[in-house]
Order: sequence, then C-alpha cells, then structure tokens
Amino acid sequence: MDATAVKTGTEGKIWGGGEAQPLKASYGKMMMWFFILSDALTFSGFLAAYGFSRFKFVNQWPIADEVFTHFPFLHGVDAPMYYVALMTFILIFSSVTMVLAVDAGHHMKKNKVIWYMFFTILGGFIFVGSQAWEWANFISGEYGAIETKGGKILQVVNAEGEQVALESFAVELPSARTQLTKSEALWYESESSMPDFDLAEVVEGFKANPDLLIRTQLLTEAGEKTILSREESLAKLENDAMGVVQGANLIHNEYGPPLFADFFFFITGFHGFHVFSGVIINIIIFINVILGTYERRGSYEMVEKVGLYWHFVDLVWVFVFTFFYLV
Amino acid sequence: MAHDATNHGSATKRIWTVFAILSVVTIVEVILGIIRPAFLVETHLLRMHLLNWVFIILTIYKAYYITWAFMHMEHETKGLRRSIVWTAIFLICYLIFILLTEGDYIFDVYDEGYISWDF
Repeated sequence: MDATAVKTGTEGKIWGGGEAQPLKASYGKMMMWFFILSDALTFSGFLAAYGFSRFKFVNQWPIADEVFTHFPFLHGVDAPMYYVALMTFILIFSSVTMVLAVDAGHHMKKNKVIWYMFFTILGGFIFVGSQAWEWANFISGEYGAIETKGGKILQVVNAEGEQVALESFAVELPSARTQLTKSEALWYESESSMPDFDLAEVVEGFKANPDLLIRTQLLTEAGEKTILSREESLAKLENDAMGVVQGANLIHNEYGPPLFADFFFFITGFHGFHVFSGVIINIIIFINVILGTYERRGSYEMVEKVGLYWHFVDLVWVFVFTFFYLV
Repeated sequence: MAHDATNHGSATKRIWTVFAILSVVTIVEVILGIIRPAFLVETHLLRMHLLNWVFIILTIYKAYYITWAFMHMEHETKGLRRSIVWTAIFLICYLIFILLTEGDYIFDVYDEGYISWDF
C-alpha cells in the first residue's frame, strides 16, 4: 500500500484520522488491527477458561469423538468430526475468496470483487447454518444418561462397550406422576412436557437386561471411559442414581460435566455471533461495491478492512476447532 | 505492499498455495484425531499427550499462515506487526500459564480428597 493515496471518504472529518499515517497504515486499518487484537484477547480468555475447567476435570472430560458424531443425511452412521472438518473447510475457503476479493480490489476490478464477496457471504451463511445444526444435535442429545447425586453422569453400554439409548430398554411402569397442566394447578404453574421415562423405569429395564453395564466418566490410562462390572453397575444405580438426563442444556448435560456444555454453547455461540456479524458487515460492503462507492473513491480499502475481520473469524475458528474437537 | 499489474499473478498464486497448506494441515489433523496413533497418545511431554502437542503446533502453524498471508501481516511495517503479534502472544501465554496452573492445582485438591466431589 502506498502511504500517500488511500482515500477513505472521511477526509476532513474529526474521526478521519488526518493525514498522518504512523506505521504506514491508514487510520481505519490500524484501528481494525487493534480491535482484532482486543477481540483475540477476549477469545483467549474464554478458551483459557475452558482449559482451566478441563484441567479441573481432567480425568473425566467428555471425548469429543463420541459427542460430535453426526453428519447430515447419514442417520445412525458414526461420523466423528467429519462435519466439523467440513465446516472448517467452508470457513477457510470463504477466507480464500475474501482475500481474492481484496486482491481484485487492489487492481480496481469491480466485477471480480463483487463475485468473490458474494461467495464469501455464501460461505458465511453455510457456516452459521451448520453451527445451528450442530447445536440442535447437541441439545437434543442421543443416548440419554443417568445423573448421580454428585452431579456425575453414568452412561449405559452393552457387552461390546457400545452406548445404548435409555429409551431402548426402559420399561413401562404405572407411574403416579402425571403432567402438570394449568387446569390442575395455580395459573402460574405448568410444565411443557414430561420425560418419556423416569429413573425407576430405566433402573427396572437395566435390571431386566443382564448384558447392560454402566460406564462412568472416569478416564482410564488409555484415555477411554471406565466400564463397571455388572455387580458394580447395579450397586452404583442403587446408591447414587438421582435422575435421567436427555441431551444438554446449561444445567444438565448427558455427555459429561455441565461445564462442557456451558463452554460449548458460550464459545461456539460467541464465535457464531462473530460470523453472523461478519456476514452482515460483508453484505453492507458488498452493496457499496455494487453501488460503485469504492470505484468513485478510487480505493477498495474498505474491502480490505472487512477482510481483516473476516480472516480473524476464521483464525478464531482454527483454535476453537483444535481445543473443542481435537485436543 | 506494492501491488501492481506485474505481481498480480504471484499474489493469487500465493493465496492458493496458502489454501493448499491450510487444507492439508486440517486433513492431517482430522486423520490424526480419528485414528489417534498409540505411540503419540502414550508418550507424554509436560503432562500432555504428544498428540495434543502436535495438534497445538499445527494450529499455530495454520494461524501463522492466516495472519501473514491472508491478513497481509507480511506486508505491514515491522512496528505494526510487533505491536499486534507480540502483545497478543505475551498476554495469551501468561493467561494460559496462570489459568492452567490453577486448574491443575484445583484438580489435585479434589483428587486427594480434601473436598469430596463424587458422593
């Protein structure tokens, strides 16, 4: 970039930054860099807090390969991480089209900038949609689990060590508990739905199936979850079981410590929000490019600045991917 | 950042090269994540699997390419580059060090039974 000739359309305005260009970068670009620095530190704070909680529960953290196993249109197929890997590619590729748009902008090729930005925005939308799908799977859960008095999670496995869904073996018991409806209660009390099965039904079903075992959260030396013997399993259910949990929210989580779900929602949510706002900012600049604003201004530096933000979002995802799905 | 007509081709070529590097590294990460080679999981370095170190180093490698090539950090002046990168690296290393040390300590407190957490 020549230090002299960057026009931003803010010349003469008090927030235009004036003529001085310390470090040979325009005011807007330098401020974008410092914004990115502070945002990077925010994300580092979240990820370091995630690391803190993980170290605190280091012998019982969920194994990502067992949590994120879904792929669209492949029901029941165990596909660990393939979908996240695909999402990573989509985001990296939208970064590529963004940097191509910036490059085309340097050469004042308006049509190329328009097309590359269009593909960038498209990639952003696909990514946000994929993240929503990931969330939906995580929230609805897969197998269900039993929660203990100490807030630990017990999962049920068969003789081969494969996880078994609670509803597949829970028996039907005559239950005293009925759904609380408004007609039965005070006006402010009601419940949205009742679970299909309760703890007693799960325990009865467990006792009736002799090949079922309990898997605790504790990790063995080899990094696998501990599976109890049949006697230990029955004793554990008898003494510790407190309730059943299906899926994950901020308080209960069938995959392991609730903190895992909390950080998953918070960090990927915060990142998803960045992607979403990045898409919105890209759309604004995209419209400006079509209207010829930067053609008239004689510089596509605005495309470069939103490009910086977009690449930053990609950069953060690279770290989120590593720490949530790989490590 | 002297972009003119003569080096247009090389700028695009650089972009695609970097894309290839990022893709290959991501594919390697996913493959390692799925097969989890035994010798990498069993070997420990500074209380972490060697595999995790491999993931972290590959991630930093990717971050370097994104920042330098895609965000054009390589074309900025030395002063701007250092004020951003050194600040971030110093503060992040410090943060990670204190939080992970503390997390490790709290795990020991629970693990040695001063406070019961599985009842």
